[in-house]
Amino acid sequence: MSIFSLAITVLIGVLFFVAFFHFSNFLLDYFRVKASKKLALENSIRVIIFIAPAFIVLFVFILYPVFETIRLSFYDKIGENFVGLYNYSWAINDPDFKRSIINNLGWLIVVPTMSTFFGLVIANLADRVWWGSIAKSIIFMPMAISFVGAGVIWKFMYDYRGPGDQQIGLLNAVAVALGFEPQAWLTIPIWNNLFLMAIMIWIQTGLALVIFSAALRSIPNETLDAARIDGASELKIFWSIIVPYLEQTILVIWTIITILVLKVFDIIYAMTNGQWQTEVLANLMYDWMFRGGGDSGRGSVLAFCILIGVTPILAWNLYRHKQDQKV
Amino acid sequence: MKKITFTSVLSQLLLLFFVVAWIVPTFGLFISSLRDKDVLAISGWWTSFTTTEINEIYRTEGKDAQIKEGNYYFIKSNLFDGGQEKEIFRFGVTSKNIDEYKVGETALFKDQTEITVFENGDYVWKSKEEFKKKKGKRIFVSAKSPPSFTLDNYKEVLLKEGLGQAFLNTLAVALPATLIPLIICSYFAYALTWMKFYGRDILLATIIASLVVPLQMCLIPVLTIYNDFGALFGVSAKSFPGIWMAHTGFGLASTTFLLWNFLKTLPSEMIEAARVDGATHYDTFIKIVVPLSIPSFASIFILQFLWVWNDLLVGLVFLDKHPSEIILTAKLKELLGSRGENWEILTTGAFVSMTVPLFIFFSLQRYFIRGLVAGSIKG
Repeated sequence: MSIFSLAITVLIGVLFFVAFFHFSNFLLDYFRVKASKKLALENSIRVIIFIAPAFIVLFVFILYPVFETIRLSFYDKIGENFVGLYNYSWAINDPDFKRSIINNLGWLIVVPTMSTFFGLVIANLADRVWWGSIAKSIIFMPMAISFVGAGVIWKFMYDYRGPGDQQIGLLNAVAVALGFEPQAWLTIPIWNNLFLMAIMIWIQTGLALVIFSAALRSIPNETLDAARIDGASELKIFWSIIVPYLEQTILVIWTIITILVLKVFDIIYAMTNGQWQTEVLANLMYDWMFRGGGDSGRGSVLAFCILIGVTPILAWNLYRHKQDQKV
Repeated sequence: MKKITFTSVLSQLLLLFFVVAWIVPTFGLFISSLRDKDVLAISGWWTSFTTTEINEIYRTEGKDAQIKEGNYYFIKSNLFDGGQEKEIFRFGVTSKNIDEYKVGETALFKDQTEITVFENGDYVWKSKEEFKKKKGKRIFVSAKSPPSFTLDNYKEVLLKEGLGQAFLNTLAVALPATLIPLIICSYFAYALTWMKFYGRDILLATIIASLVVPLQMCLIPVLTIYNDFGALFGVSAKSFPGIWMAHTGFGLASTTFLLWNFLKTLPSEMIEAARVDGATHYDTFIKIVVPLSIPSFASIFILQFLWVWNDLLVGLVFLDKHPSEIILTAKLKELLGSRGENWEILTTGAFVSMTVPLFIFFSLQRYFIRGLVAGSIKG
């Protein structure tokens, strides 16, 4: 499509929603003048106008699909015949599924830990030097890039040429300069997972960094000064004052990155597509959505597994929300 | 004056290490996208700042270019097509010995013709008899190539590889997929904050639960709905409006939650005063709440826009891979598969896909960070 027709489509799409709210409210006001004092009715119609579009979207795209996916996980590949737990027993016996679970667990342990740790350390370091904000900007930058873009960046870093050739991937160039054999990093089972995780850590450290930076400012200076006067070393202050003080923030960052990691798809799909034992649940699920014309039963089981993974966080969020509402 | 201590020097060095480690991958990509594709394929990007030695093969011109001077026939020309700033220092005429001669020396071909190659690529090929062959001969040269950068890769990628169209497609997906949720969620969040109705608390709890529901849980049923809808009305199941609504749905919970978080910090006296004065909720929303919310709208706009711009999964599922619909990330993934070794295309393509996010990042970083922090404090 040409720029022009694209622009028109976009404009119509957006204006449709603006117009909906404007005219429905306009009509309501218009008839209110005539119907005089029926305030209760007017208010409930207004509530419906305000929430209906969002609620319909929420229902069609989130609420209904969640329950439908759970239902489909008990049905066959086209979602018509009930098959009981067949899809689940398939999953348990499927080697790709086992591999995905193990890999996802690895991702869950390594990525949130390392991102949070690096974020915390860098936030502290950046607070002490005059060029700290520039440093933060640079480390935060990968947050703006797509996972696929980051995939290309790192695939280039990991590029492999035969031992005799000039290496154009930085990692292999360094390895060769240090006297090692060049490696095809992404094809070495087990270790290749770490090279993929490195990409996610590279991206998510920025998130941890900015949130920690904001939180660090809330630590009272008196506490830190008092500790310094008492002769505590910077390392001691870090572990005994800053880390305990930021406990809540650490937990929050941990959960955000955990949710993200459970859903990790783009990086695997773009870099290895699950080859060389790097399969994860989200990629396997995408695969089954389309493999052999699509198998909605197996795809749904895999999606459901990801949902189970986030359920503890979901429950915890709801619990905290309830606590907040009471106050 | 602060005194320079061991710890402060150590923290500077440590931070410097992190900064370098974080910037180098992106920097390498950027530099590579500006390099000549032949050089890029055989040397690391870090060598591009210094003069490098490269071995290349050129072909002389054939019989059409010959001139006769005295008893001899000559072909005089330049090996480089022109404009190349390379400096030849050795050359050869057989593949077995590619750097047999120094520049200025005269080499002998098997057919007893003689050739002299000079530093700037000029050569003189001399023969007693008339040149017969239409095709010239191969010349192997070792040249010093000074640092040189080019925008050719960008031209190639944007025009020939279809990334220009993909860029427009992504924009056509991202703008409505950001504005539509912002519009409907701002009304929704207003209702959740300032209107009293039955089931409000349950709705709010539903939003908070939806925040963490993985996208994967929704893909299959939504795709089924789209296919049925498409079949029913005889339209394509994959379309721009379709993906706008999908993104609206998947971004609805977070957009609403962020807006709700902001709206509840507005002073309730102000809203109530307006209501007492007879303003309807619509007036209050448009005239009081929206103007006050512009900064938080900006933050949410940026978050959602970047999310959509960088998304791959939703684009793969809800749009065709046809050039008129494919988005940048999907195109880039396709190139990774089909042009895996053409690094000039991949690096340039990746950088093109990053231009908009990086522009937003550097110009609106403040809002971006504010949005992220606001979303995380209670996320």
